[in-house]
Amino acid sequence: MAVLQDFKNNVKPNWCPGCGDYAVQMALQKAVVQLGMEPHELALVCGIGCSGRFSGYIYAYGMHTTHGRALPFAQGLKLANHKLNVIACGGDGDGMAIGLGHTFHAIRRNINITYVLMDNHVYGLTKGQTSPRSDLGFKTKTTPTGNIETPVSTLEMALAAGATFIGQGFSLQLQELTDLLVAAVRHPGFSLVNVFSPCVTFNKVNTYEWFKDKLVDVKDIGGYDAGDKGAVLNHVLEHEGLLTGLLYENLTKPSYEKISGLAKNNQMQSVKKLAPDVFSELLEDFY
Amino acid sequence: MKSREITWQAGGQQGEGLESLGEILASALNHLGYELYGFRQFSSRIKGGHTNYKLRIAAKAVGTIHKSCDLLIALDKDTMQNEALNIQEQGIILVDSILAQDYSGQARCVAIPFKDIAQKHGSQLQKNIAALGCTVAVLGLTEEDLEETLRKKFIAKGAEVVAENVAVLKAGIEYIKTEVPSLLGVLPLPELKHKEQHLFILGNEAMGFGALSAGAKFMAAYPITPASEVMEYMVKKARKLGGQMLQVEDEIAACTMATGAAYGGARAFTATSGPGLSLMSETIGLAAMTETPLVIVHSQRGGPSTGLPTKHEQSDVFAALYNTHGDTAKIVLSPSTIEEGFYDTFEAFNLAEEYQCPVIVLADLQLSLGKQTMLIPEYDKMEIRRGNIVEASSLPPIKAPEYFPRYSVAQTDGISGRIIPGTPNGICLGTGLEHDESGRPTEAKDMRIKQTEKRLQKMKTFLANYKKALAVDAPYSEADALVIGMTSTRSCIAEVVEILRQEGKKINHVQVRLLLPFPAKELEQYIRQAKKIIVVEHNATAQLAGLIRMHIEQCPHLENILQYDGDIMYTEQLLASCKEVL
Repeated sequence: MAVLQDFKNNVKPNWCPGCGDYAVQMALQKAVVQLGMEPHELALVCGIGCSGRFSGYIYAYGMHTTHGRALPFAQGLKLANHKLNVIACGGDGDGMAIGLGHTFHAIRRNINITYVLMDNHVYGLTKGQTSPRSDLGFKTKTTPTGNIETPVSTLEMALAAGATFIGQGFSLQLQELTDLLVAAVRHPGFSLVNVFSPCVTFNKVNTYEWFKDKLVDVKDIGGYDAGDKGAVLNHVLEHEGLLTGLLYENLTKPSYEKISGLAKNNQMQSVKKLAPDVFSELLEDFY
Repeated sequence: MKSREITWQAGGQQGEGLESLGEILASALNHLGYELYGFRQFSSRIKGGHTNYKLRIAAKAVGTIHKSCDLLIALDKDTMQNEALNIQEQGIILVDSILAQDYSGQARCVAIPFKDIAQKHGSQLQKNIAALGCTVAVLGLTEEDLEETLRKKFIAKGAEVVAENVAVLKAGIEYIKTEVPSLLGVLPLPELKHKEQHLFILGNEAMGFGALSAGAKFMAAYPITPASEVMEYMVKKARKLGGQMLQVEDEIAACTMATGAAYGGARAFTATSGPGLSLMSETIGLAAMTETPLVIVHSQRGGPSTGLPTKHEQSDVFAALYNTHGDTAKIVLSPSTIEEGFYDTFEAFNLAEEYQCPVIVLADLQLSLGKQTMLIPEYDKMEIRRGNIVEASSLPPIKAPEYFPRYSVAQTDGISGRIIPGTPNGICLGTGLEHDESGRPTEAKDMRIKQTEKRLQKMKTFLANYKKALAVDAPYSEADALVIGMTSTRSCIAEVVEILRQEGKKINHVQVRLLLPFPAKELEQYIRQAKKIIVVEHNATAQLAGLIRMHIEQCPHLENILQYDGDIMYTEQLLASCKEVL
């Protein structure tokens, strides 16, 4: 059985000291150990940005793709190699700007993968520009007088897309985040885990303190029902999305694999010549 | 020529059943053993708008249509105003009697009440079947020749529907027999010397079938003319074989998903046309950099931008070769017949895995939407080669932080061992960044140079090994001219060359089947053997000629024959253009 050390590759991340992504890295390593995974049974697929480097910092199969495209790559990988555990990672630029279309469609497609979205409301790797998650009025290099575009609500978007699992964590809450990731990977379908992972260099507004002050754990909301979509949406609106915990789970909607039939018959790993009778049958269409 | 073959054509409004009319006739003729080439012209509309279907019927293989025709079924005004002008003088027009007959040409034009014939024995919707009956009579065929095909076509709708259609067919034949007996058997079909079983197959289906035969079980795509039939074919077949075709949100997702699936060990592909290829350029670079075996079927249409969605062109050559940034190692094949469409797509998956790179099968609208009789693919000759995949059994145990050297630069052929993720003791990384031998990002100059050369070396290895770069018909060591083409102009050029040879000219013909890496050396020998070089292509910027000049040092003058009006190339026109140059 693999231990934490088995998922460490001794590569020093290019993240700034104090970056929220370190906690996500640790939580993910702990989660996969808890799930009993071996490193070769895991593939991490990332986009571009600070969080895009994630796949290079955990000892497992890893693919660092292009900006915003982690999810399509991860979905193709999962369907082709269904025994593999596939986790996609990215930031709010990756998933909510350039890749928003893919995020929405991946959610509604409901393929059994997990998407960890590290949300810091700013572009870090390109050194401090606005993000679609930046608050109104937020000043950056590209919004010197303050952001005038409404921030994307990740949670409302996910609910609208027909999500079957939405979790939200915070880099300061390592244990809760680990538990959330374990639950997300176990969820039989697409699971979205949005993590508030503060940028200590380019975001002096949405800091650790800021989030600590605002975030409410759904466990502390009396009668919170993660299965009631309407109620969840109301809580999201009421708290402006600043909630943590397992926000929503729908176990009645089957995964893409189940509906398509791939769960029962997936032969994509079998690359060989068609059997003669199958070949003959295919010829029939063309006589 | 006329005694050797017949060109039949039907024109009408989209939605009038013209396509099934052509399909049924062609299918029956295929069973009788004729060689066929069918092509449908249409506009980008859902219903309505003129469409016409042309079918060439011969005793020997034919690969394109001619402008002229022998027997024309006219069901709308457009057909009379345009298509009827191309008919042979000795030809016959059967025109729907509800149309005003203002035909002033020399062919024989006969009004037939298709609708009434259909209505009497079925419904007026079956006027296409009535027209089929008339066709059958003029060609000297009988109802027995068609009955089985009709039964197959309509049996899913019930025996009654079959019977009704057979009745309308008979009525059509009967009409000619009784009302216009002089037309009976007046255009006899060519004599068949030997009968061989053929497939009658659409280019796009041939490419889909080729992919499926090669073990491709994953496809992600976005609908686009003229490539959609590939995904429509795959969706019908993949699921039963444990695979899947996904229609996804855009071409970026399509290409990236296919790349993810290919990285995961499946044979995966997508199919698209110009606008889609533009969107895919990003992922093509990723596949090249991560050495992932991605296959793309690309069918060219008129560009740029949305261009001419339903019209033919070959103007994406440079896009297919260079649309992604950087020094990109990839392969671009260019099949020149529907049969090659099958085999090249099959082979694309072998090459993608052997050379661990993206492979584009560059087709064009005529190749994709033309339908042709083709010999049954030889099952025994189809061989699956997966290249250097490292199996778990050959891997010594490794532990974190040690990686498998997926991008090892030790091999002189540039081909390193590929690992399917999930393999124990094979952990390695991949990235669109420049990387070291384990796939970790690096900017070290030495490694940058070695990895770049490794990727490009694979292409040199490939070019040295590949045997199907050119389709050559060059009997003359001192030729008056060499005609060079690519993709679907093959048959048209071949016919023109044949005519010129009969007139005493020594003409060689080479169809370029590999565009990247470019087979310059092989092509150069034919170029040096000819006094004149004529490059024939469907674009305004002479892209193939440009490629030839780029790769052949001190290249002689190239004459261009360029067509970019959206139409396919006709023998008559190309012959005239070639004569002008000669």
